[in-house]
Amino acid sequence: MRKYFDPFRLAALSGAAAFLVACGGGGDAGADGASSEGGADADAAPAIDPATTGTVVGTVTYTGSAPAPVSIDMSEEPACAEKHDDAPMRVPVRVSGDGGLANGFVYIKEGLADRDWGPPGGDVTLDQEGCEYIPHVMGVRAGQDIEIVNSDGLMHNINAGPELNRGFNINQPTNMTSTRSFARQEIMIPVRCDVHGWMEGYIGVMEHPFFAVSGEDGTFRIEGLPAGDYTIGLWHEELGEREMVVTVAAQEEATADFTLDDSTAGTASLGEPLVIHHSHAAGAASR
Amino acid sequence: MRAFAGALALAAAGIVAPLAAQDADHPGKAAYDKWCAGCHGVEGDGQGYGAEYMLPRPRDFTQALYQIRTTESGALPTDADILRVIDEGMPGTTMPGWRDKLTRAERAALADYLKTFSRFFETEGTPEPLDVGRALGGGEDGIAAGREVYERVECWKCHGDAGRGDGTSAPDMTDDDDHPIRPADLSEPWTFNGGGTVADIYMRLRTGLDGTPMPSSSDLIASGVASEEDLWNLAHYVRSLGPERFPEPAEVIRAGLVDGDLPDSPADSAWADQERFWVPLVGQIVVKPRWFAPSVDGVWVQAAHDGEALALRLVWHDPSESPSEAWDVWRQAVESMMQPQEGDPAGPGLPDAFSVQFPAVMPDGRELPFFLGGDARRPVYIWHWSATEGTREVFGRGLDDTRTLSGGAVTARAEFEDGKWRLVLRRPLDSGDDEQRLGFVTGEAIPVAFRAWDGSNAEAGPRGSISSWYYVHLAEPTPTSTYAYPVVAAVLAALLGLFLVRRAQKGYARGGAEARPAPAGAA
Repeated sequence: MRKYFDPFRLAALSGAAAFLVACGGGGDAGADGASSEGGADADAAPAIDPATTGTVVGTVTYTGSAPAPVSIDMSEEPACAEKHDDAPMRVPVRVSGDGGLANGFVYIKEGLADRDWGPPGGDVTLDQEGCEYIPHVMGVRAGQDIEIVNSDGLMHNINAGPELNRGFNINQPTNMTSTRSFARQEIMIPVRCDVHGWMEGYIGVMEHPFFAVSGEDGTFRIEGLPAGDYTIGLWHEELGEREMVVTVAAQEEATADFTLDDSTAGTASLGEPLVIHHSHAAGAASR
Repeated sequence: MRAFAGALALAAAGIVAPLAAQDADHPGKAAYDKWCAGCHGVEGDGQGYGAEYMLPRPRDFTQALYQIRTTESGALPTDADILRVIDEGMPGTTMPGWRDKLTRAERAALADYLKTFSRFFETEGTPEPLDVGRALGGGEDGIAAGREVYERVECWKCHGDAGRGDGTSAPDMTDDDDHPIRPADLSEPWTFNGGGTVADIYMRLRTGLDGTPMPSSSDLIASGVASEEDLWNLAHYVRSLGPERFPEPAEVIRAGLVDGDLPDSPADSAWADQERFWVPLVGQIVVKPRWFAPSVDGVWVQAAHDGEALALRLVWHDPSESPSEAWDVWRQAVESMMQPQEGDPAGPGLPDAFSVQFPAVMPDGRELPFFLGGDARRPVYIWHWSATEGTREVFGRGLDDTRTLSGGAVTARAEFEDGKWRLVLRRPLDSGDDEQRLGFVTGEAIPVAFRAWDGSNAEAGPRGSISSWYYVHLAEPTPTSTYAYPVVAAVLAALLGLFLVRRAQKGYARGGAEARPAPAGAA
C-alpha cells in the first residue's frame, strides 16, 4: 500500500491547495472575513461570531449484519478481567438496538476557510482501563496535548503508528501518565499495546475544531460551524470511509445522517493492513 | 471551489514526481542500488526481492522509523545513528556490517541517501541525541537491584522470566508492518540488534526500538516510576544474563574422561566439570525448501565418556516447547509469510527436535561425508531426538535417502524450562562392528554435526538450523608415566633451589658486614 501512497504528497498537496484557496478568496465558506495569516499568532485568533454559525447533527446507522463480537481472553491479566462485568469482547462494529453505529469519527473534510482556529484547547485523555483504550476512538487538535493514562497498574505500552506524523512507543509499567501530541492533521492514527494484542484505539488529528465521535446511539453533533457548504467525512475502523455534502445556515441545525449497509462494508477500511504481494519467482530462481 | 480544484491539479503536477527520480544523482545511490536494494528495495520500502525470505523483515525507510537510535522514541535518528548500523550491521538479523566492505565516504553517502526516502528528514529538523550521562549502578548489588526492576516494570511479559524471549505476550508480537517479530533472547547479548554492552542496552531502554514492540522507558524517569540508576541497573542485569565473554565457535569438542558414573541427567551437577563448547547454527539454505528464519541460533555442547559410553549434553534456546498451542499463532504467522515460495505449509503439531550426526564409518584421510545428511559414497549415522517421539538412529546417504536403524542403544533424557532445552544423549562407545553405526574410539577426532528444529517456528525436514562439521575428541585414559613426570620435576626443582640458597648464604657470610650491599643495589 505504501508503495502507491505517499502521505507527504497528500499532506503537501492539501496544504498547497488550502493556501491557494485562501489567496483566491474561497469565501463561499461564509466566514466573517477575518481569516488570519496562517496562525502567526495563535492567541490572537479572532472569535467567530456565534450569530453566524450553525450546527450539524446526525445519526450514523448501520443496517447490515454486524460481524460477531470476538471474545477476548484476558486470563493472563486477571486484574483487567475483573474490571469487566461481562466477558470482555472485541466489538469491531458496535450497533445499538435501533441501528445506531458507535465509534464513527465524523469531521469537516472540505469547505472550511483557511483560517486560524485558535489554540487547540486543554488536554484530552486517553485512558487504559480494563486493558482497553477509553475512548476507543477519539479526536484531537493538531498540537493538542493527549494525556495518556495507565489506570490498570500493570504494564502497557502505547505504540502509536501514524503515517503523516511521528509516532511513539511508550512503556507504562504501572499507574502513570505520559503526555504526547501530534503535529499534523491525520485520519486516523492507530494505537496499540503490544503486550495485550487485543488493545486497539484510533486517534483522529484535526487542524480545526469541527469533529465528533458518534456515541452509543450513533448520534453526533458538531457546533459552531460558520454558515456554508461542507463535505462531512465519516471514518469507521471496519466499515471504511464515507462522505456527504451538507449546507449549514446561521443559527440553524443541519442534518447529516449516514446510513451504512452490507453492500458498502469493508471499502477502504483502515482497520486492516493492506498487503501487496510481489512476484518473487524471478528473484528466487536466480539465487 | 474552482480555485481549490485548480490547486489540486497544480500541486499534483509539482509534487507527485517520484522521489527516486529526484535523487538519481545522489552519491549514495549507486552503492545503495548495488548492495542494499536487494533487501530494502530500490525505493527504500523494504520490499527488495530478498525481503520475503527474512525475519525480521528489512527496514522500510519511507517512514523513517529506525530501531537503533540515540534519540527519543518517535524522533528521527542522527546521522551517526544511521552510520553506526551501516558500519556494524544488526546482530541477530540478516543485516551485515559494511565497515570493511565499503569506504568511509561510501558509507557516509549511503547514510545520507537513506534519508532521501522519507520527507520526515525535511520536515522534522535536526534530531537531538539523548544525554544519558555516565553509567550508574552495576556490581553484584546493582545486578540484584536490576532484577527487581525487571520484575517491577514487567519486562518478563515479553522477554520471559529467564529472559529467553519466551514471555506470555511473545507469540503474537508483530512489528509496525504486522510481520511477526520476536522479543530478544536477553541471554544472548551477541544477538542484540543494537549491540550487547551495558551502555547499548541502557540506550535501547531509553529510546525503545521504533517499529518494534519494544517501547521507550524514558517516561519512567520523568514520572518518577524509576530512576536513571534503576534503568542502568536493569541494563546491568540484562547484560548479566549472558556470558561475560561472547562465545567463540569451537572446532573441537573435548570429551573428558569421567572417573565413576557418567552423568546421564541434564540436571546432573557433574556436568559443571565438563568444558562447554559453543556451536553456532544457521538456517538451512543449501537445498529447497530453504529456511532463512531459523529459531535456534546455536547449541552449547558438553561431552564426557567413562571408557564404556559417550554422553553428550546439548543445551539450546527455543522460546517454545513444541508442539505448543500458545505458540500456534506464531507458527501460522511465520508460515503465512514464509511458505508460499518454497514447499508446503507444515501445519500444526510439529515437535521440537535435535539431531547429532557422525560419519557412518570413520573417514580415510580428510574427505568427510557431505555435511548435510551425507552422500551416496559416504553415508552418515544420526541420533535424531524428537520432543514427542523420542530418539531413533538413522542411516543416511543424503537428506532424501535415509532409513531408521532397528535396535540401537542410544538413550535420551530431555528437560525444557524457561525457553531452554537440555538434552543428554548417550550410547556405548562400541557399536559392535556395525557398518552403519560409528564406533567411538578415544584419542581420535570424530566428525560431528548438529541440527535443530523448532516446531512452533514451522520447522521440520529441511527447514531448520544446521551446523557444518565439527569434531569431538574423546580423552584417552592417562598412562601411569604421565603422573611420574611432574613428581620427578618437582623434586629436581626443589633440590636445585636448596643448592642455590645454600650457595648464596655461604657467599654472604664470607663478604662480612662491611661488604653488605645497599638494599637498593640488590635490585
